Amino acid sequence: MSGDIAVDERTTSPATANTTNSSLIYFSSVSGYTKRFMEKLGLDAAKIPLYASEPELLATEPYVLVLPTYGGEKGERSILPQVIRFLNNEGNRQLLRGVIGAGNTNFGTTYCLAADKISAKCSVPVLYRFELMGTSEDVTRVRQGLEEFWTPQSQSQP
Amino acid sequence: MTDQVKLQHHVEAINWNRIQDEKDVEVWNRLVNNFWLPEKIPLSNDVQSWNTLTEDEKLLTMRVFTGLTLLDTLQGTVGAVSLIPDALTPHEEAVYTNIAFMESVHAKSYSSIFSTLASTKEIDEAFRWSLENVNLQKKASIIEAYYYGEDPLKRKIASTLLESFLFYSGFYLPMYWSSRAKLTNTADLIRLIIRDEAVHGYYIGYKFQKNLEGLSEERKTELKDYTFELLYELYENEVQYTHDLYDSVGLSEDVKKFLHYNANKALMNLGYEAMFPSSVTDVNPAILSALSPNADENHDFFSGSGSSYVIGKAVNTEDEDWDF
Repeated sequence: MSGDIAVDERTTSPATANTTNSSLIYFSSVSGYTKRFMEKLGLDAAKIPLYASEPELLATEPYVLVLPTYGGEKGERSILPQVIRFLNNEGNRQLLRGVIGAGNTNFGTTYCLAADKISAKCSVPVLYRFELMGTSEDVTRVRQGLEEFWTPQSQSQP
Repeated sequence: MTDQVKLQHHVEAINWNRIQDEKDVEVWNRLVNNFWLPEKIPLSNDVQSWNTLTEDEKLLTMRVFTGLTLLDTLQGTVGAVSLIPDALTPHEEAVYTNIAFMESVHAKSYSSIFSTLASTKEIDEAFRWSLENVNLQKKASIIEAYYYGEDPLKRKIASTLLESFLFYSGFYLPMYWSSRAKLTNTADLIRLIIRDEAVHGYYIGYKFQKNLEGLSEERKTELKDYTFELLYELYENEVQYTHDLYDSVGLSEDVKKFLHYNANKALMNLGYEAMFPSSVTDVNPAILSALSPNADENHDFFSGSGSSYVIGKAVNTEDEDWDF
C-alpha cells in the first residue's frame, strides 16, 4: 500500500452506525445489478455499505437479506467481506429470517452459493433465486413471496 | 512514416497500484483464477459414448462445435482486441487481452474434442460446412462488421450479444448430451467455456454501462434502440440456424427456449430489461440442471410447495472470515 492511502484512512472520520428498521437489506457492488432488482421491487430496503469508511449498518427489526454471489470455481470468497462484517454483528445475525440470492446459472455449482452458505450457517431458508437484475416475473414472485412470508402464520413456523 | 518518432503523446506504463475502477482488478483476478486448458479434461473417456450416437447425432455435434469454434475465433482475434483502443483504464485494456487469449483457448479446445472423437475426414468436412453454412456465416459477418465499425459503444453491444447470446444455440447440445449421460467429459469442458463467457459478458456489459454515464438522453436512446434492433436481426438468423442444425433430431423448439432465456440475460448484461416473457423462456429443466445443479426451482421457499422450509445444504464456510 502506498503511504498516501494510509493517510487517507487515518484522516477518515471514525465510522458511526446507521440503524434500519427495514425488512429488506441488500448488498450490491458497483456494477449494481442487485440494486437494480431492488429498485424494480420498489419496497423499502437498506443497503449494506460498500466501503469500510461508511457508517456500519445495524438492523433493528427482522429482515430478509438479498445478495449476489462472487468468487471462484470452488466457491471460495463467494460472500464479500462487507456482508460477512455485517453478519458478524450478533444483533444483525439474530434478526435474519431468510436469504434471496442473485446470480447466473452459467456459474454452475456456484450459482447463488453465497445465499446457500448464509442459509446453512445461520439456519434460515433460501427464499428465492434470480439471475442478474431479475425479470419482471422474478419481481412479482418476490413481492408475493415476501408478503406471504411476513404473515404471522408463516413466521410462527418452526 | 516520418524519420523521427515524435514524443507528442506518451505511452503510459500500467500501474496496478493505482486503480481507477476496482472492477478491473476483481475481474482480472476472477479470470486468472478461472484459467484452464483443455488438456485438464479427460476427453478420451467420451470415446465409448461417442460411438453410441447415431450418424445424424454425430454430424450435428461436429457441426455445432465447428460453429462455436468460428465464433470463438472471431472473438479472440477480432472482437476482444477491437475493444482495447476505447478502454477507459489501462487495466481494462489488460482484461481484454486476457479475454482475447481465453477465447483462443476456447477455439482450440474444440479441436481437442474433434481429434479425440472424430476422424480427419469428418473434421475436415465439418470445417467445410462452417464455411458454407449461410446462417453461420451471416451471424459471424454481422458481428464482424461492428467490430470494424466506427462506434466503440456498438462494438461493446455486439461483443456482449456474441458472448451472452450467440453461443447458446451451440451450448445447448453438450448440455443435452450431458442430461442423457452422454459425452459428459466434453460437457465438463463446455461448462468451463460457459462460465468464462458469463464473466466476459458481465464485464463488457458493465463497461458499456460505464460508457453510457454522462451521455445525452438522445445518444442513450439511440444505443438502446440499436441494441434491440441488432438483437432482433441476430435472433431471426439464430432461429434459422437452429432449424438448420436441430430439425434432424427434433430439438429445434427446445433450443429456441434456451435462446430466448439467454437473449434475456444478454440484455440484462447490458443493463436493459429482459425482452422475452417467461412463457417462451421455460427452458427444459434437464438442460437447466445440466447447466447448474442449483437452478432447480424446488430449492427455494417461494417456488416450492409452500410448506417446505428449505435450509441450504451444509457447505464449507471455513474460507470466509466469520466471527461465529
